[in-house]
Amino acid sequence: MQIKTRPYKKIHFGISLGLTVFYSSAIVIIPLLGLLIHSLGIGISGILEVFTDERIRSALYLSFTVGFVSALLNLFIGFLFAWVLVRYQFPFKKFFDTLIDLPFTLPTAVAGIALTTIYSETGIIGSFFAEWGIQIAYTPVGIVIALVFIGFPFVVRTVQPVIEELPKELEESARCLGATPFQTFTRVLLPELWPSLLAGTGMAFARSIGEYGSVVFISGNLPGKTEILPLLIVTKLEQYEYEKATSIAIVMLLSSFFFMFLINLLQERASKKLT
Amino acid sequence: MNYFTQFLQFKPRFSVILSIFLGIGIVTSLFADPNFLHVSFDPTRELYEEINKSFLKHWKEKKGNEFTIQQSHGGSGKQARAVIDGLDADVVSLALTYDIDSIASKSKLIESNWQTKLPNKSIPYYSTIIFLVRKSNPKKIKDWDDIVKPGISVITPNPKTSGGARWNYLAAYGYAKRKYKSDEKANEFIKSLYKNTSVLDTGARGSTTTFVNRKIGDVLITWENEAKLALDEEKRSGKNSLEVIYPSESIKAETPVAIVTTTAKEKGNLEKASAYLEFLFSKEGQTIIAKHFFRPIDPTIAKSTAKDFPNLKLFSLSDLGETWDSAQKKHFADGGLFDAIYKTK
Repeated sequence: MQIKTRPYKKIHFGISLGLTVFYSSAIVIIPLLGLLIHSLGIGISGILEVFTDERIRSALYLSFTVGFVSALLNLFIGFLFAWVLVRYQFPFKKFFDTLIDLPFTLPTAVAGIALTTIYSETGIIGSFFAEWGIQIAYTPVGIVIALVFIGFPFVVRTVQPVIEELPKELEESARCLGATPFQTFTRVLLPELWPSLLAGTGMAFARSIGEYGSVVFISGNLPGKTEILPLLIVTKLEQYEYEKATSIAIVMLLSSFFFMFLINLLQERASKKLT
Repeated sequence: MNYFTQFLQFKPRFSVILSIFLGIGIVTSLFADPNFLHVSFDPTRELYEEINKSFLKHWKEKKGNEFTIQQSHGGSGKQARAVIDGLDADVVSLALTYDIDSIASKSKLIESNWQTKLPNKSIPYYSTIIFLVRKSNPKKIKDWDDIVKPGISVITPNPKTSGGARWNYLAAYGYAKRKYKSDEKANEFIKSLYKNTSVLDTGARGSTTTFVNRKIGDVLITWENEAKLALDEEKRSGKNSLEVIYPSESIKAETPVAIVTTTAKEKGNLEKASAYLEFLFSKEGQTIIAKHFFRPIDPTIAKSTAKDFPNLKLFSLSDLGETWDSAQKKHFADGGLFDAIYKTK
């Protein structure tokens, strides 16, 4: 029997490529261009004005710091989760594995409301901390908790397959050659995992900066204190100031892109070292 | 030639893709043609469910045909933007005259003289801004002056994101301005009010949740109907932890309605739209309105339901010498008074 296959060529403008380009234009590129054109109405100086307005600046600062802190936390928490899920056997493992995906599927507003209920002063966990005079909901700490919640699946799901693929021989030979468990981890395992860890953390970070639904409920939204950038965009829209809203969006987009790009570069360097 | 044979080979999968596209097209076209769409703001959901039911009954009796009314609810400003951006609304009912004015000026879907088209400047009902406090009023809050005192924790939504919150703000501002007869004192008053605010939710419902369910704050500034709904809710669940306080004076929060003339005309719904909105001003419409805790404008209905609506002195926006346009510019626009409250330097 003769098997018919299409010859694979590197440059082959078939229907599949056509569809890819069409979809990515319709869904990603054209909307983003529209955003850019919308904010160009206000000019470059208008976009720069975003940085001079005190309220926007403090929201910018807040969004990026809580985003960074939560990404850092997610790096550790997500890594730990992935490690436990791959390396240990325990009852209901499949159940926990599925649980990880829930933050992806849950509407973030629901997550925000649930977290606020638990962490406010009347909530189960919040009341415990309130006795010590620590307030969690309606402070930046509350925002970080919400962001950790929505971000950690990114890290787990990018690192998990890499841990699964790690050859056991690698560890065993390291131990046989006299390396301590700690040395095995830092010198042998971590360099392998590092690129995927970075990728997951980067995605969690980018997601955190744009997160709106869960944060508006837990943050309290006080200007200059717990007001995040996406809320400011909504604020501008509410005043029909489309240009200002889009210029904040552009600033967010560009900075997120910058960080993602940076992380991609780091990742590439890390994986080059491996080979 | 090569491409053509490839295309033929591709045929079965291609037809699958094509039928998926057709399927999507058919499904969306089913949803895309609402008979009659009413775009409204959040707290009117229950009110209009009942209004629609009895209006459609009347319509059937009079005209003999039936149609359905679809409702869309959300934040007032958000809804106005949706209409500007092309949501096919036949009529709108929003929290602020400013929002309908914005639709009129930005999209030309509504004529700029829309307020002259219906009785009472197109305002079929109004409400006012009052307080909700904890049972037996532990902080002894009686009037606006009590909530700006140090140590009181106030819950009110963010005027930048919520139409209702703008009424709250203007109620407090108007009270101070009328009492102290000075803009400066009124500004000070507003400043100390928002200094006392511990959570600024994005909408009125959110603030109610923060106050009632999270038990944060000593006083919630809110719509009269929203407060009564919260009390009703408490009664139903057997709790009794809240109390309504009427301040000595508050604002007349007028919530307008309008026909989206251009859209209604295109959809052939103009007659329905004006009959629908006129129904709001009828005796029956007004009775339903009063039942849902909005204050009716019809004097006889207002009289018969007076026990539900305690008397308090009400001032309107024009009593403060403002229009929505000027109030928006002065207080809520970027660099306005509200922004100045949160300037640290």
